[in-house]
Amino acid sequence: MIKVEHIAKKYGKVEALQDISFEVEAGEIYGIIGPDGAGKTTLFRILTTLILADKGNACLNGWDVRKDYRLIRNNIGYMPGRFSLYQDLSVEENLQFFASIFKTRIETNYHLIKDIYQQLAPFKKRRAGALSGGMKQKLALCCALIHKPLILFLDEPTTGVDPVSRKELWDLLKQLKAEGITLVVSTSYMDEAGRCDRIALMLKGHFLSVDTPQNIVNHYTDDLWAVSSCNMSKLLTDLKNYPAMKSCYAFGDVHHISLQQQATAYTTSQQALQTYLENLHHNELSIRKIEASIEDCFMELAARSSLENKKPKQYV
Amino acid sequence: MYKETHTHEEHLSIVAQGLTKRFGSFTAVDNISFNVKKGEIFGFLGANGAGKTTAMKMLCGLSKPTSGNATVAGFDVSTQSEQIKKNIGYMSQKFALYEDLKVWENMRLYAGIYGLNDNEIKSRTDEILQQLDFQNERNTLVKALPLGWKQKLAFSISIIHQPDIVFLDEPTGGVDPAARRQFWELIYQTADKGITVTRTTHYMDEAEYCNRICILVDGKIVALDSPKQLKETYSAQNIDEVFRLLARKAIRNQ
Repeated sequence: MIKVEHIAKKYGKVEALQDISFEVEAGEIYGIIGPDGAGKTTLFRILTTLILADKGNACLNGWDVRKDYRLIRNNIGYMPGRFSLYQDLSVEENLQFFASIFKTRIETNYHLIKDIYQQLAPFKKRRAGALSGGMKQKLALCCALIHKPLILFLDEPTTGVDPVSRKELWDLLKQLKAEGITLVVSTSYMDEAGRCDRIALMLKGHFLSVDTPQNIVNHYTDDLWAVSSCNMSKLLTDLKNYPAMKSCYAFGDVHHISLQQQATAYTTSQQALQTYLENLHHNELSIRKIEASIEDCFMELAARSSLENKKPKQYV
Repeated sequence: MYKETHTHEEHLSIVAQGLTKRFGSFTAVDNISFNVKKGEIFGFLGANGAGKTTAMKMLCGLSKPTSGNATVAGFDVSTQSEQIKKNIGYMSQKFALYEDLKVWENMRLYAGIYGLNDNEIKSRTDEILQQLDFQNERNTLVKALPLGWKQKLAFSISIIHQPDIVFLDEPTGGVDPAARRQFWELIYQTADKGITVTRTTHYMDEAEYCNRICILVDGKIVALDSPKQLKETYSAQNIDEVFRLLARKAIRNQ
């Protein structure tokens, strides 16, 4: 459904996208996951024909983003990260307006938006600008769906949204997938990866990896341990000072660590680590082997690609 | 270091009793009571509109409670809001940094606003730059820093006057996972020094780092405990699950 080949985009000296290639199949939920500044929005704007890439090609449903932009615009839905409906029009008027520019009627595809629109219905005379954040987002989604697009692009739909609403939104995306709509969704929440069929992990204009969430987790190479004690701050410092430590970072209510891979060395055993920490007076100590999460994988891939955490250029 | 006043109850940074805020007939914060210990990392969780921001505003001395009372760093939020402002740090989601000023100039500006003298400004600036490993960035314009770096700088500046307590409003949206962790280590270090850290967050996994969290639903505290204890109480895998269980009961819609 989407084919992207060697897309690159620069803003001045900043390389927002560097040689990005990927394909999205019809009917899948494709997640683009990465922090702010990764290039997610730039990629969305190129695919939705709002800006042109410096290099490379992209096709949606066989249509070229340069030549066939009119066809593409008629057949996709796009919900940008920033609220971009008409603030001075009411809820109802916004929806009517988007229906009319796509030459359709609200009733035609009402089944797609019914569940969300019912929540908006009590406020349908209210100006869009006066809605709460959650309601604005619901309205924007209705407007993006009103013409039953082939592909729906959602740029960070869950940023700043509380967990309950986040879950509702993902449940809704699943329903849209069942209707045959292809979905491309960006997010900076790593824990949403599992809701996608396939994900691209993105950092600094690069894709670090593209696969199903499960395969990405399966490819994590090291043994990963979760360690906790009753003094987590001291534990972090002590773990970092452990001789065989490879990586060590806070992760929720535990610390995740991996040890250097020297099978013969005593220091890489769990028993050795346990003794070391007990000698440093850690109580309620727990060390257990765990499966990596997408976030662990992201950090490992980023470290390996050495894209992570570079110091900024010296400003003269 | 830069203040002489001390709390009545030396080990408590926040004491809130029956704190309530009404806007007309709407009760934004409904009779909440809790204590926060000195050096604790305390999290405020709630859905949009649950009352987090209103509660924070009252604790920062920016909004007067309708009823109930609270002391922050030993000062009364209703009558001593000026002293509170001097003794707290505040960091919002939108970093209050001047993009067109250099790193040291931003530090100089805020330190000056908080009334530090020249010697204190110099020593605090050096101390912070060293802690952040920012020595080479002293003369960098803030706009040239990556997001994660700005965040660490904004946080360090919010405690440049070494307050008793710092309030963080949704501090970690959008930064990359490694930078998020570095920020957390900075919070750990801050709490270890005895500065209380109070924060709101939407990231449920971020809540897990806190010593204790309080969950607000419809302006009321529905749960307050350590993440570990909450997970046990509600037989949940993680805080996200606890939150969804409790927030489902919310009546207030937007």
